[in-house]
Amino acid sequence: MKRIVHKHPLAIRWFHWINFPVLFVMIWSGLLIYWAYDPYKIQIGDYTLISFFPDGFYKFLGVQRRLAEGMAWHFVFQWLFILNGVLYVGYTFISGEWRHLVPDRNSFREAIQVTLYDLGLRKTQPPFIKYNGAQKITYFSIMIMGVGSVFTGYAIYKPTQFSWLTSLLGGYEAARLEHFILTLGYVVFFVIHIVQVIRAGWSNFQSMVTGFEIVKPNDPDRPLMNKPVDDQPDTPTKPIDSPVEPVAPPIKPALS
Amino acid sequence: MSQSAKPKSAEPQLPEDNIPESIARRRMIKAFGWFALASAVPFGVYEWVKNSVGAQGIKRPLRNVLNVNEAIARTYFSDTHLIPTFPVEAAAKQARINGYDGIKSPIPEGWKLQIDRANATPLLLTVDDVKALPKHEIVYEFKCIEGWSQVQHWAGARLSDFMEKYKLGTHSGNVPNPDNTNDLFKYVGLETPDKEYYVGIDIESALHPQTLLAYELNGQPITAPHGAPLRLIIPVKYGVKNLKRIGRMFFADTRPRDFWAERGYDYYVGL
Repeated sequence: MKRIVHKHPLAIRWFHWINFPVLFVMIWSGLLIYWAYDPYKIQIGDYTLISFFPDGFYKFLGVQRRLAEGMAWHFVFQWLFILNGVLYVGYTFISGEWRHLVPDRNSFREAIQVTLYDLGLRKTQPPFIKYNGAQKITYFSIMIMGVGSVFTGYAIYKPTQFSWLTSLLGGYEAARLEHFILTLGYVVFFVIHIVQVIRAGWSNFQSMVTGFEIVKPNDPDRPLMNKPVDDQPDTPTKPIDSPVEPVAPPIKPALS
Repeated sequence: MSQSAKPKSAEPQLPEDNIPESIARRRMIKAFGWFALASAVPFGVYEWVKNSVGAQGIKRPLRNVLNVNEAIARTYFSDTHLIPTFPVEAAAKQARINGYDGIKSPIPEGWKLQIDRANATPLLLTVDDVKALPKHEIVYEFKCIEGWSQVQHWAGARLSDFMEKYKLGTHSGNVPNPDNTNDLFKYVGLETPDKEYYVGIDIESALHPQTLLAYELNGQPITAPHGAPLRLIIPVKYGVKNLKRIGRMFFADTRPRDFWAERGYDYYVGL
């Protein structure tokens, strides 16, 4: 017999994997659009630290002079992005899945501890159920960023119809910059996400496909669920008012 | 953070099961099989779009959705929402010039605005005829489809006043009434005198109170590169629809040809 935890409900897995190609198309077509007017850069005094983007970057990706194509893909796939996002948020809320996702007041301290652990500066990581504090903050932020992309997007897509929204976001030019920064955020997230998924290993990755993870009953790498945050010795017993769980002490799955 | 202290909204434990290894393996194979099949869908969609026939510079499926977007906008959005305006001081002293299509030749001598009418001879009008109408100024953020924008100060006659004065845009030849949509033509077409640049505009946007036949920029007569003697200023559209040096105006129920829409851009480009 194998002990499995049901980690990701089917709906969440669909939303996750649908979002991947859809967001890819949105970012790619967004780049085709951005190329046509690409003024953003990070400057220190007169010294340009980063330019978004150097000509070689566009050339390498072959995205020049494709504004019309970019706009077409962007305004077609916006619908899938919005629909998938609305369904995801709705499902998360109705199913109660949000309890795994929304950070609480402990999440920020946990996130620091997790980061120190990931950097090798701390021996143990705080216990968690599905996502650790850093993950909760990250995944929740990504969801809020998605909402932000839709709002900043519509502020520049329909600045007359939604002029209230455009001015709320600081004007047309500001909204375009915000839309761009959010996109950079996704790219940064994507890189970190991939690194972390690789670090967490196959068992974690495959759970986003299968939904479940096989856990070893007494894996020393998996901190016990009830281990206190303050690094006290593990309590081997079940919590007092633990629900009608099976015999062995509940084990929580590894990273991510 | 002990379990008992947690409120009811506390994060629940993940459900667990004990299953035979063979079943776990079978579930895994099944899930990855579906995953592989589903992964083919995005590639299929891409290939389908890529191999579709073209529709004016972009693929037919993309064009179809852009047309649906237009239908949604024209159904649910207001035709009279105003674009925000700015104080005159906010306007750029040097308005940006971006594009010479249709105005590469000199302004024709004895230029007149030609307006084609159903069941009547074309009207030929001068700038003074347009100036005879009430003058309206607008300081607003001009938006280029490329992504840049600039606050600019334009002045001219409302296109709606012009159409009312000359009884244009209706099948009946009466004054256009935005509520009597059956009588209105669906589109206005505009062309430069050399017919090298041309746009089509939905009649609702043409009748928008901020749409001008403009003859002044920053209080001065507009210069040739900005579209002298008369150009369209239509703030509810991207710059591409703001045709310079209007030569001919006509009305139609089908989409007039449109320079940038033929090159893959959305036809409607309503803001």
